[in-house]
Amino acid sequence: MPAILTIRDLRKSYSGGFEALKGVTLDIEEGEILALLGPNGAGKTTLISTICGIITPSSGSVTVGGHDIINDFRAARSLIGLVPQEINLEPFETVWNTVRFSRGLFGKSRNDALIEDILRKLSLWDKRKNRIMELSGGMKRRVLIAKALSHEPRVLFLDEPTAGVDVELRKDMWNIVAELKATGVTIILTTHYIEEAEAIADRVGVINAGALLLVEEKENLMTRMGKKQLEVQLSAPVAALPEELAHHDLQLANGGGALIYTYDTRGERTGITALLNDVAQAGLVLADVQTRQSSLEDIFVDLVSGDAA
Amino acid sequence: MNWTAVASIYRFEMARFFRTLMQSFMSPVLSTSLYFVVFGAAIGSRIDQVEGIDYGAFIVPGLIMLSVMTQAISNASFGIYFPKFIGTIYELLSAPVNFLEIVLGYVGAAATKALFIGVVILATASLFVDLTIAHPIAMVLFMLLTCLSFALLGFIIGIWAGNFEQLQLVPLMIVTPLVFLGGSFYSISMLPPIWQKITLFNPVVYLISGFRWAFFDTADVPVGLSLMAIGGFTVACMAVIWWIFKTGWRIRS
Ligand SMILES: Nc1ncnc2c1ncn2[C@@H]1O[C@H](COP(=O)(O)OP(=O)(O)O)[C@@H](O)[C@H]1O
Ligand SMILES: [Mg+2]
Repeated sequence: MPAILTIRDLRKSYSGGFEALKGVTLDIEEGEILALLGPNGAGKTTLISTICGIITPSSGSVTVGGHDIINDFRAARSLIGLVPQEINLEPFETVWNTVRFSRGLFGKSRNDALIEDILRKLSLWDKRKNRIMELSGGMKRRVLIAKALSHEPRVLFLDEPTAGVDVELRKDMWNIVAELKATGVTIILTTHYIEEAEAIADRVGVINAGALLLVEEKENLMTRMGKKQLEVQLSAPVAALPEELAHHDLQLANGGGALIYTYDTRGERTGITALLNDVAQAGLVLADVQTRQSSLEDIFVDLVSGDAA
Repeated sequence: MNWTAVASIYRFEMARFFRTLMQSFMSPVLSTSLYFVVFGAAIGSRIDQVEGIDYGAFIVPGLIMLSVMTQAISNASFGIYFPKFIGTIYELLSAPVNFLEIVLGYVGAAATKALFIGVVILATASLFVDLTIAHPIAMVLFMLLTCLSFALLGFIIGIWAGNFEQLQLVPLMIVTPLVFLGGSFYSISMLPPIWQKITLFNPVVYLISGFRWAFFDTADVPVGLSLMAIGGFTVACMAVIWWIFKTGWRIRS
């Protein structure tokens, strides 16, 4: 797959001298969903805004569909749709006019059927004649999404699209993202919600203090970095860990009714066989066994705190 | 050129105007009528004629210019300041449009609104006084150029302004005095000689003089000079706007 977006050593220093991007290099493949995870102030919005033309980069280069975002900004920006983090909308205008305006602004000819379709998918059709100021926060967020989709972008940026929105919208959002992906749209989203990255992303990038710490296939990331837990449920609780198990990294849980064994999937051997042997040696009877994979959240917290140290 | 974008911006801006059409229409009608009552009836009964023209008619070009200039500035400055203020400017900055297209859309709409008001005032005035226009084409040209150039100035003010007070400041503190002192309601020749000289530094004098010439075929300064003044002013505003977008001054960090 060719890269639809290439970012090369992108730097941004704000006028006060603060360096918000410290040389970001990244290729994004056509049709993938990339989630950018990072704490507040990491530079996610700065990165997106620079690619979209809202902020001037200090150095480095970006191409979209092979078009440089500065020298060939028209071609580059024509491919991009942006759903900004802040809800910025003209309060006195109607939903319909606002969305139609966006399509025209991007030079696309009028297509009412398409806009109707987008508004219906976002449950905005009934509100099309309402003025923006009459809508709830969640509805306004939907309008922002409709505006970005109205000009049929090939690359869609969603800057914290589900921050502070209801569960319903989050689900709708994920459905829309899945649908767009099916039509080949490339999606870059930033999020605080790690479950979101986990649920919909193909790749995950972790950004902190203006630097991209890593970009990985989500699956790889989780298996490579992930710790797993094995929970052994006993048919009869024990008061303390038996002697035979002392050398294993074990915790008692469930009032002595379960043993929890934490191991690293990156390790040469997991030690599970030895553990289970020793459990049998100690005369304990197993009722059930289950494993749990650690979430992206654990990985993320590990990475960011490791970086700060 | 992305003409679709220009048309979209223009239409979006005009929608704001049509939402308040009654207000947009009534306020110039009312203020023009008041001017005629105050200046025309009260002062006109003492002045009678200026340069062989009925005073009531004499003030019409100045009245139109006063409104057209302030309307062009306030519409254009608000038009671009508002997206900055509420944050919707992100969309303009990320759209495949260049500065010329943005300016055409916003300034075009502001100039149209100012033109509409100019025409309403002209129509209202003709109810009060007999008007014959000596050079109709020149009249339209002056009016169009004034709408355009002052809308450009308003656009610059809107980008410069950091808050609503600043947005009001330039029109109130600079433009209105210049227009009042620019011979809107009197002829330069009525001033003492020293003020006749000083007043020539006021750019608005050239516009009003040219516009009045189009109506009555008499002017304070040569018409060619008037045209050059307004042409030069338009070009200067365009140059400033070009620089603003090139450097991103006050719009792009
Ligand atoms: N216009 C600006 N001027 C100066 N500093 C800014 C500006 N915008 C953002 N920053 C700073 O840049 C850093 C990154 O901000 P941002 O990109 O918004 O982070 P994120 O979106 O990841 O929360 C923050 O420390 C923020 O304070
Ligand atoms: Mg942000």
